[in-house]
Amino acid sequence: MISDLFSMTVLVGILASGIRLATPYLYAAIGETFGQRSGVLNLGVEGQMLLGAFTAFYVAIQTGNLWLGVLSAMIVGAVMGLAMAFVTVNLQAVQGISGIGFYLFGLGLSDLLFQRVLGTVETVKGFPKFNLPVLSDLPIVGEIFFQQNILVYISFALVPLAWFVLNKTTLGLKIRAVGENPEAADSLGVSVARIRYLTIILGGTLSGIAGASLSIALLNVFQQNMTSGLGFIAVALVYFGAWRPFGVLGGALLFSLVNSLQLWVQVLGIPIPSDIAVMMPYILTILVLVISVSRVRAPSALTKPFKREE
Amino acid sequence: MTERTILPSGHTQIDHLSMKGITKRFPGVVANHKVDFDVRSGEVHALLGENGAGKTTLMNVLYGLYHADEGEIILNGEEVVIESPTDAIEQGIGMIHQHFMLVETLTVAENVALGLRSSREPLTDLNKVSERILELAELYGLNIDPDAYIWQLSVGQQQRVEIIKALYRGAALLILDEPTAVLTPQEVDEFFCIIREMAKDGHALIFISHKLHEVIDISDRVTVLRDGKKVGTHQTAQATKADLARWMVGREVDFRPEIEQVEPGEVRLKVDNISCLSNRGTSSLQEVDLDVHSGEILGVAGVSGNGQRELAEVITGLREATAGRIFLDGEDITALPPISRTDRALSYIPEERMRDGMIKDFTVAENLILREHHKQPFSNWGFLNLKAVEQHSSELIHNYQIKTPSQETLAKSLSGGNIQKVVVARELSRDPRVIVASQPTRGLDVGAMEYVHSRLLEERLDGTAILLISEDLDEILALADRIAVIYEGQIMGIVPREEATPEKLGLLMAGVKEGV
Repeated sequence: MISDLFSMTVLVGILASGIRLATPYLYAAIGETFGQRSGVLNLGVEGQMLLGAFTAFYVAIQTGNLWLGVLSAMIVGAVMGLAMAFVTVNLQAVQGISGIGFYLFGLGLSDLLFQRVLGTVETVKGFPKFNLPVLSDLPIVGEIFFQQNILVYISFALVPLAWFVLNKTTLGLKIRAVGENPEAADSLGVSVARIRYLTIILGGTLSGIAGASLSIALLNVFQQNMTSGLGFIAVALVYFGAWRPFGVLGGALLFSLVNSLQLWVQVLGIPIPSDIAVMMPYILTILVLVISVSRVRAPSALTKPFKREE
Repeated sequence: MTERTILPSGHTQIDHLSMKGITKRFPGVVANHKVDFDVRSGEVHALLGENGAGKTTLMNVLYGLYHADEGEIILNGEEVVIESPTDAIEQGIGMIHQHFMLVETLTVAENVALGLRSSREPLTDLNKVSERILELAELYGLNIDPDAYIWQLSVGQQQRVEIIKALYRGAALLILDEPTAVLTPQEVDEFFCIIREMAKDGHALIFISHKLHEVIDISDRVTVLRDGKKVGTHQTAQATKADLARWMVGREVDFRPEIEQVEPGEVRLKVDNISCLSNRGTSSLQEVDLDVHSGEILGVAGVSGNGQRELAEVITGLREATAGRIFLDGEDITALPPISRTDRALSYIPEERMRDGMIKDFTVAENLILREHHKQPFSNWGFLNLKAVEQHSSELIHNYQIKTPSQETLAKSLSGGNIQKVVVARELSRDPRVIVASQPTRGLDVGAMEYVHSRLLEERLDGTAILLISEDLDEILALADRIAVIYEGQIMGIVPREEATPEKLGLLMAGVKEGV
């Protein structure tokens, strides 16, 4: 019944799983934020996540070492980022199209590897709950925020860290300048190519972790196309968050809470057709983009390849 | 050799820098051919030349943005290799580009700090940077707020940020690429004071320009470039404006063309009580009345933004009039769409030639038929007659002396003067009855300006009615038979050419009505 939604246990459950589900969004969208702030739109996030998810899962079951899984996912994501950087920076390809190419590549390869190497859906014992001392004992708050696995904590810590890097460091200054006016940055001796390589590889690395967080921390399985559009939503979240880490955090929480809500709606057997429930996050994506589109201004050089005129 | 002096901004002086035999080729063009150039500390050395003469190319070589194919750069007696802007900055060379190299969404301090090592890497040290900015600003009277965002600043202030940026990086030699192009006359005066102050302190300054009076005003020496080659270097004090113009263009230049008497005929364009709105929806033109006769140039003078743009757009049909009517040879065209007005032989030279005057990514030939592409002989039942297009464009390229590698060249790759020639050729070759010319020579060099003027005067002789809207008072005084002054969307008065003086027009432009 609808009224079941409003019991304390259920509310805490919705919020706690909402926090947990924000994790992949956060990794992917924070990474994408860096890329876009430097002027590169990476639509390949989803593909990077899929490969990251597979790699982490495979390494984790083979070695039994979850951290090694995360590390391998990071490396795979970074390599994908490196390729993306080469295509967009050196070859000056159209970013949107090449991003879709990388998505399809990641989708296809992860599927192929899955069929060749694993064949069937298996489960792995993923990152366990890690109760933060003292904090996790707090009533309600503790249960919602501080009884999560380690990758969840790291993803949230990433938000202020990203803010700090972008706004308080010389590197962040360069990234912002390159995304707004690469000619100006270039004239001051800032290497536009180097900065963009860095941000795209960083974005790939974080997308790799985003994938790992799905396959060895949240769901603990690997399936074909298990991200099901999550990477694209992460790209949308960057727009929604107006290219600011805390804006991205707000967006990620909004989506994951809606997602968590629809899961609970199904669990509790509330009579809303499940198709409609599953659609909710996607409908929300479109709505927020429509609403937010006129509100914010993208980095001026976003999607524009830089070439020194000569 | 004495020990080199430290400049007040804290940097070592560049006593002498010379570029020898610089050659720079681009595909299809030699932009610089064996050019020699030198500059000393304490002097302002002007680099004069028309658009496309190779001034900016030469300086981009010095600043490390381009690599010369031949030649060497000698700094204080030693050859230096400048591979990149970073090298140039290290050698004490700074450049202020024509289009400012500022990141609008960053603050002044952030723009200055960009690319420099911070004192507390990896963190920024903006407080320290701000302090130093204020010190430098104090030194040269550059009033600037380090915490302001660039988008909040006026163009003149943005230029000061560029100067500070260069000084902060230890520029002992400063290249100024057409620095006054974007400034108001008052800002130019202030800017020149800063330049003089910097020269006095021992900076070496290179001033790129095609404006003769500014070169005469500010420089100690002047080097003239033409078609990528050096014409000569002279003491500015020993050169006259006419000398400079002749060196620059390669022939005598007419600053005030002789105007033949023409008896004005019947009214061709009549603007009757027209009002309209601005883009922001506020009132722009208010009950404007103008008559332009056959064989007459009616000048519209005024300070930028007083309704000139709206006036041109209302007449050409790009903007709706909220009241009043417009007649072309007696026919009411107020309700007609732009294309019908075009078909009635109304020609338009728009103020924003790159935006409204042509399609940048079209070829020269395509741009030349934009107005007539839907008609014979260019269009046959909707199919382009490419042969006719080709013939038409090669004729115009020849007749209007458009300098272009070919008619298939993209319009955007032409120089400003040649782009305007394309527009002028297209608009005048169709035998117009009325021409609306908005700022037809803004940003053009002397040669191109003279050319456009002479073409307009020829049209006048042919009996065309010309509405010349310009913010350049010299241009209006040189060409117009009668001068209407516009102020806040209203015509303040119409003065015949014989009675027009800059003072009189200036008062009207400031909104002071005659006899008040």
